[in-house]
Amino acid sequence: MGEFQFYPEQASTIAGPIDALYWTLTGLTLLFSIPIPFVILYFMVKYHHSRTVDRGNPSHTSMKLELGWTFGLLGIALGIFFWSSYLYFDIYRPAPANTLDIYVTGRQWMWHTQHPQGKRENNELHVPVNTRVRLIMTSQDVIHSFFIPAFRVKRDVLPGRYTTMWFEATKTGEYRIFCTEYCGTEHAAMGGRVVVMELADYQRWLREDLGVIPESAAPDTSGRPSQPPSAGGESSGQLSTMAAAGQQIFIAQGCIGCHGQQGRGRAPSLAGLYGAQVQLENGQTLTADENYIRESILNPRAQIVAGYPPIMPPYDGILNDQQINELIEYIRSLTSEEGTTR
Amino acid sequence: MSSISTPRPQDNFYHDEKYGFRPWLKSWLLTTDHKRIGILYMFAINFFFAIGGLLATGIRAELVTPAADMVNSEVYNRIFTSHGIIMIFFFLIPSIPATLGNFLIPLMIGAKDLAFPKLNLLSWYIFMLAGFFALYTLFTGGIDTGWTFYTPYSTTYANTGVIPMGIAIFIAGFSSILTGLNFIVTIHKMRAPGMTWFRMPLFVWSHYATSLIQVLGTPVLAMTVILLALERIFRIGIFDPQLGGDPVLFQHLFWFYSHPAVYIMLLPGMAIISELITCFSRKRIFGYKFVAFSSLAIAIFGFLVWGHHMFTSSQSVFAGMVFSLISFVVAVPSAIKVFNWTATMYKGRIYYEAPMLYALGFLGLFIIGGLTGLFLAATAMDVHLHDTYFVVAHFHYIMVGGTLMAYIGGLHFWWPKITGRMYSEIWGRISALVVFAGFNLAFFPQFILGQLGMPRRYSSYPEEFQIYHVLSSAGSSILAIGYALPVVYLLLSLKFGPKAPSNPWGATGLEWTTTSPPPTHNFDKTPVVTEEAYSYNPQDPGIFRAQGKW
Repeated sequence: MGEFQFYPEQASTIAGPIDALYWTLTGLTLLFSIPIPFVILYFMVKYHHSRTVDRGNPSHTSMKLELGWTFGLLGIALGIFFWSSYLYFDIYRPAPANTLDIYVTGRQWMWHTQHPQGKRENNELHVPVNTRVRLIMTSQDVIHSFFIPAFRVKRDVLPGRYTTMWFEATKTGEYRIFCTEYCGTEHAAMGGRVVVMELADYQRWLREDLGVIPESAAPDTSGRPSQPPSAGGESSGQLSTMAAAGQQIFIAQGCIGCHGQQGRGRAPSLAGLYGAQVQLENGQTLTADENYIRESILNPRAQIVAGYPPIMPPYDGILNDQQINELIEYIRSLTSEEGTTR
Repeated sequence: MSSISTPRPQDNFYHDEKYGFRPWLKSWLLTTDHKRIGILYMFAINFFFAIGGLLATGIRAELVTPAADMVNSEVYNRIFTSHGIIMIFFFLIPSIPATLGNFLIPLMIGAKDLAFPKLNLLSWYIFMLAGFFALYTLFTGGIDTGWTFYTPYSTTYANTGVIPMGIAIFIAGFSSILTGLNFIVTIHKMRAPGMTWFRMPLFVWSHYATSLIQVLGTPVLAMTVILLALERIFRIGIFDPQLGGDPVLFQHLFWFYSHPAVYIMLLPGMAIISELITCFSRKRIFGYKFVAFSSLAIAIFGFLVWGHHMFTSSQSVFAGMVFSLISFVVAVPSAIKVFNWTATMYKGRIYYEAPMLYALGFLGLFIIGGLTGLFLAATAMDVHLHDTYFVVAHFHYIMVGGTLMAYIGGLHFWWPKITGRMYSEIWGRISALVVFAGFNLAFFPQFILGQLGMPRRYSSYPEEFQIYHVLSSAGSSILAIGYALPVVYLLLSLKFGPKAPSNPWGATGLEWTTTSPPPTHNFDKTPVVTEEAYSYNPQDPGIFRAQGKW
């Protein structure tokens, strides 16, 4: 049946600060929930109807008292507010540079993860210890939520969009993953484990079992074309990186015709795009992040880049989530190459 | 009834002047008397509470063991969804306003009836129609979306009774709007001479605030349900990204109503507590205006905090911060009430009658429920606790520990007025204690479960959580006994209870100046109010005449 346990293991950099807030709030709860009932009990005994005590001159209002507890409480509340907001920004801030990015795809009722080096997992997430890991998450169907209690992090995983979350594990070991947004019949079974490893072990793990993940285990929405070229690397016994798989798609889907070097300006070059500012035709500027690139592939006319005709066909229904992830990794790799050569 | 020399039948509201005593069914089903309609609501609502309670028993029984072995996950999902929908839309939201509010508001302000008596009856029929659709859904396969109906699960993936239940909720909303509208007009226009705004009992103030939310918030729920139906039936893309919609939009719309709805449930509970604490402390309320205006403050700020249900939903961190700030602010008026109730007892003359024990139980549970709300208003803390059992425990402390305790306490307090009979005082006290103990054992362990990471809406769970689930289930069986007891002794009181005098508690308030039960037109002579509410004198030892110790 298990032991009495009062808080989950602390296994990330954020767990300590969150628990400090938790215990402060618990202290605050005790600070109020013990004295007030105590005062009530005291009054119940002292002023019981059978007792003869001084009941003279009872007051019915006191501005001093009312204002005192109103602003006293407001002050305490604001203190907690600033503290928790500070931590909230820390958890959900745009990830710091040099994170290890891992793609997570949720679907009824499993988690699928893709490492940039090409390794894929189901219901498991291997990460190196003491490394900032960023999860780029999306769902193939309904809303899920990715929750690792030992890390004190959670974020909803939405269909049609990426959400991100980052953490830095501080202890090797295995921790639970839960889905915390109700997602249908087997919601309770949608979980898994995070395996936190030493960096060297992680790198060894990335090279193990090259390409043995069976095709059927990979998520594939029925009715959509199965991914053609990304499997090529696996068949040759070499695990292709996500970026390499993305490049294959880039060629096979004909993206290269306009976006490649032979495109002759029919479409904007993708080199250096990731993370850059994009000027749109409607005058807006936005940052080319995962969500922008995803939307521009699936529904190109939503955000038209200034100076280019809207001629790109939508790839919605043609590419699956995994292929889009790979394309994004490929486009990102163009940025980092550019960055080093410039 | 026959053994007691009751006054002539037409002397009380059970006897309708128009239809006489004979065709009693007709006289009830066609009544426009707010007191009878309140009792009609009471039957309906207690019936739904019983159904919701049975479903809760199913949940707690299943969760005794880690595996989904008593029922499978498919059935479990239907059980917790039905429990939530029935309890919220068919019990908690109408509970106090439609029963005690309906019965008491005209009496308390010295009016003959509500402003629109026929509308009042209509609202009951609308509620029953909605209840019919809800029961129809339960008996034709149920529904498994959770009471929150999150999209795109509810619009595209669920293959259970989303539409019939949506219709039920849509219809039920109209009964809620009509009740709120009726109260607002009644309180504005039908107060007896001398009943100024600041002489009204706080029960009325709190219901006024509740009615504002009902009238302003419920239409948004109706629109949301319509949009949901449009997408589910006609595949018009509003929420499902596959159709070009935005799933988070639904959450905004849903919580824009459903967070204020929490205050629709809670404010009437607070309304009752103000009456009980003053009466059984024999003392005027401390800080009348602060208690009155805190109700309005809750109603207003309550509309601005919906985003605190969405801290993890991909909402921007800045929006999260604003919602967090306002959520902290809305905690303050609730705390003001608690402090004022406590201060009211100072130098009072305190009696431990059953309604008072329920009120004190309310205070204890509401303090814990309110303070744990601060954990969830704190953005970073909520990231960890969101959608875990911590949230489940928190809102049960507010809804069950708060509203339900107040409802049962109020039912005891006004039972003599409503039925003309006294209930068994000793059993009333026992049941209050059993409910308090059972409740804490049932729900306190769930706070720890949530902090450990146990997600809500799980039919099965890892073994390390079992110890707390077993404690919780044990507590809920004690709680069930606590709820069953009043059913027995209150019903027995109808036959065996001593006849109640007009004012068994020596309470102030116009409802106690008329007979128990009151005549159809409430007052033989329109009352004239000359003093503040709660003009109790704690130094007067003889005024309180509790009766009915049988």
